[in-house]
Amino acid sequence: MSDTTVISVRDVSKRFVIRKDKSLKERVVNAALSRRHRDDFWALRDVSFDIAAGSTVGLIGPNGSGKSTLLKTIGGIIQPTTGEVLRRGRLAALLELGAGFHPDLTGRDNVYLNASILGLSRRQTDAYFDAIVDFSGIERFIDSQVKFYSSGMYVRLAFAVAVHVDPDVLLVDEVLSVGDEPFQRKCMDRIKTFQRDGRTIVFVTHALEQVVELCDRALVLEDGRVRFDGAPRDATRLLREDFDAMRLEHQEDSQAAQHLDARVLAVELLNASGQPIQELPAGAGLRIKVTVESSQPLEDWVLGIGIDSPTGQNLYGTNTQYLGVPLSPLAGRRTLEIGLDDLSLGGGQYHVHAAIALWSGPELHRLPGAASLHVPSEGRSIGVLGARARVLTPDPQRVP
Amino acid sequence: MAYRELLGLLVRRELKARFKDSVLGFLWSLLRPLALLIVYYVAIGKFLGAERAIPDFAIYIFAGLTIWQLFAEIVSGSTGSILGNGGLIKKVYLPREVFPLSVVGSSLFNLMTQLTILAAAVIALGRAPTGQRLLYLPLAIVVVVVYATALGLVLAAVNVYLRDVQYLVEIALMVLFWGSPVVYSWRLVSGVVEQGWMEQAYLANPVTVAVLGMQRAVWVAGTEEPFPPGLGTRLLVMLAIGTVLLWLGQRVFARLEGNFAQEL
Repeated sequence: MSDTTVISVRDVSKRFVIRKDKSLKERVVNAALSRRHRDDFWALRDVSFDIAAGSTVGLIGPNGSGKSTLLKTIGGIIQPTTGEVLRRGRLAALLELGAGFHPDLTGRDNVYLNASILGLSRRQTDAYFDAIVDFSGIERFIDSQVKFYSSGMYVRLAFAVAVHVDPDVLLVDEVLSVGDEPFQRKCMDRIKTFQRDGRTIVFVTHALEQVVELCDRALVLEDGRVRFDGAPRDATRLLREDFDAMRLEHQEDSQAAQHLDARVLAVELLNASGQPIQELPAGAGLRIKVTVESSQPLEDWVLGIGIDSPTGQNLYGTNTQYLGVPLSPLAGRRTLEIGLDDLSLGGGQYHVHAAIALWSGPELHRLPGAASLHVPSEGRSIGVLGARARVLTPDPQRVP
Repeated sequence: MAYRELLGLLVRRELKARFKDSVLGFLWSLLRPLALLIVYYVAIGKFLGAERAIPDFAIYIFAGLTIWQLFAEIVSGSTGSILGNGGLIKKVYLPREVFPLSVVGSSLFNLMTQLTILAAAVIALGRAPTGQRLLYLPLAIVVVVVYATALGLVLAAVNVYLRDVQYLVEIALMVLFWGSPVVYSWRLVSGVVEQGWMEQAYLANPVTVAVLGMQRAVWVAGTEEPFPPGLGTRLLVMLAIGTVLLWLGQRVFARLEGNFAQEL
C-alpha cells in the first residue's frame, strides 16, 4: 500500500451460495438434497485495484455485474470469500438513504441517530445540525415524525445528513438521483466540494453522464470481473458499445425469425463538394455516404444516420422516414447519401452511425461508430453545438 | 469509543419509539408488570392460597418478576435484534454487537423503573430492606445481565441463519419461568426435591439463583424463610462462569457476523 492509497482491493472474490430453504423442517427434510441443490454464484472474481487519495472512481457495468457487491465489500459490509480489502481513514457508505431512519421518531431524533450511525459524535452533530436542516430544506417538519414525511422529504433529510458526515472516503450507491432538480444540483455541488477538499469518492451509478462529469477514473465490471480500468470517457464508450451489441444480438434473434439479412456495410464522410474528409471545419456542410446490402429483396425500408458524442450520447439523428422519402426495394448492394447542409458542431471528436430499419419500425442492423469526425476548435466556444457568435452590444467604455 | 454514543442513541430509540403514539406512552412499560403482578397475586396468592405460606406475597412476587423480566426481555429482544435491524446491517457498516447491546440497555432502563416502584412499595409498607442484605441486589442483577447477554448474543447471531430460533426462545422462556421460584417459594421446592443432586440441579440455573438473591435482598418479611445455603458464594461463582460464557458468546457472535449482510 503506497502512501497515497486509501483503498486497496487485493484478489477479492465473493461467492454467494444460493439456497432456497431456510426453516429447520425444510433443512432436515432436504438434508440430503440440499447439498446437491446448492448453487454457487460468484459475484466477484479476482478483483484487484488500488484507489489513490483524492480520486473519484466510478463503478459501472450492466445489472448484476457485481458493482454493488464490490462497493459493499469495500465498505466492509460483506466479507470477501477470498482476498482482502485494506482501508485507510474514515469511511462512510451511502448505500441507501435513510437506512437508519426510524419511522416513529421525529426528524430531529433521526438526524442524530443517523449521523451517529454514519460515525459522527454528538457534539459534531450539534455543530452541523442547522446546516443539515438548512440543506434538506424541511425546517418546518423537523419535529414531526418521519413516517409522515413524503418520500422526497425523507431522502432529502437523509442525504443532508449523509453529506455532512465528514468522511475521508465516501462510498455512494445510486443515491445521487433523488429529489427534484434543484436538490439534485445541490447534491452535485456538494459532491464537487468533496472532491475539491481532496476526499476520495467511489460511486456506483447507471447514469453514465455523471461518471464522465464527476470521475477521474472508471471501472467497468462484467460478470464479477474488472473489464476495463481507466479514463471515464473510454469506459462509458466501451459500456455503451456493449449495450449496443447486446441490443443488436437481441435484434438479430428476431431478424433470424424473419429471415431478413440486411446490413450497413460502410459509412463515408464527404464535404459539400464530394471529397472524403475526416475533419470538418465549423459551419461547413456534411454529406454522409452509406453503403448497404441485402441478400434478399427488402421492401419498405428506411435508412437512418446519426451523430454521437465520444461518450456515446446521441446528438443528432434522422432517417429517410422522417425526411419523407420512400426508398425503392433493396436488392444487393447500394450506396446512398444524406446531406446535412447547415450542420453546426462545436469543436471536438464525433462518431457517426448508420442503421437500416423497416418502415413499420423494427431496426434491422446498425453500425455504431462507423466513421469519426473531428471538428477543430477555434477556442471561441465550448460544448457540442456550434454557432457563429458575436457581441451585439458594444461595451460603451470601449467605443472609440 | 465513538460507538458508545451510538449505543446510547439506539437505546433511546428503542424506548422512544416503543410507545410513541400511545396516549399513556411511557406508562405502558410500567402497566405490563403491574398487571402481571395483580394476576399472579389474585390467582396464585389468593385463589391457590400461596399467600398463606408466603408472607408479603405481593413483594415476593414483584421481586422475582422484576429480575425474571430483565432476563426474558434481554434474551427475547436480542434474539430478534439483528433480524429486526436487517435494513441497517445490509446498508451500513456498524459493529453489529450494538443491536443486542441496545436491547440490554433498554431492558436495564425498564428494570430501573420497576425497581423504583418496588422501592416505593416496600417503603410504603414499612418493609424497606437495610444493611448487608442489599448487596444481593446488584449481584443478582449483574448475574442475570451477564448470562442473558451471553445467551442473547449467540441467539441473535444464530437466528440470522436459522429463523426457528426465535420461536424456540419463546417456548424456552415460558418453561424457564416456571423453573425458577418466582410465584412459588423455595420452601415448597425443597420440600419436594431431595437434598443432593436434584437440589443441586435445580440450583444450577443461574436465573433461579438470581431470583433467590433478589428475594433475599428485598423481601424483608421472608427473612426467617429458608434459603439455600451459600447463596452469595453461588452468585459469585456463577458470575465468574458467566463472564467466561459472555466472552465465548462474543466470540461466536464475531465468528458468525461476517455473513450477516448476505443472509438477511
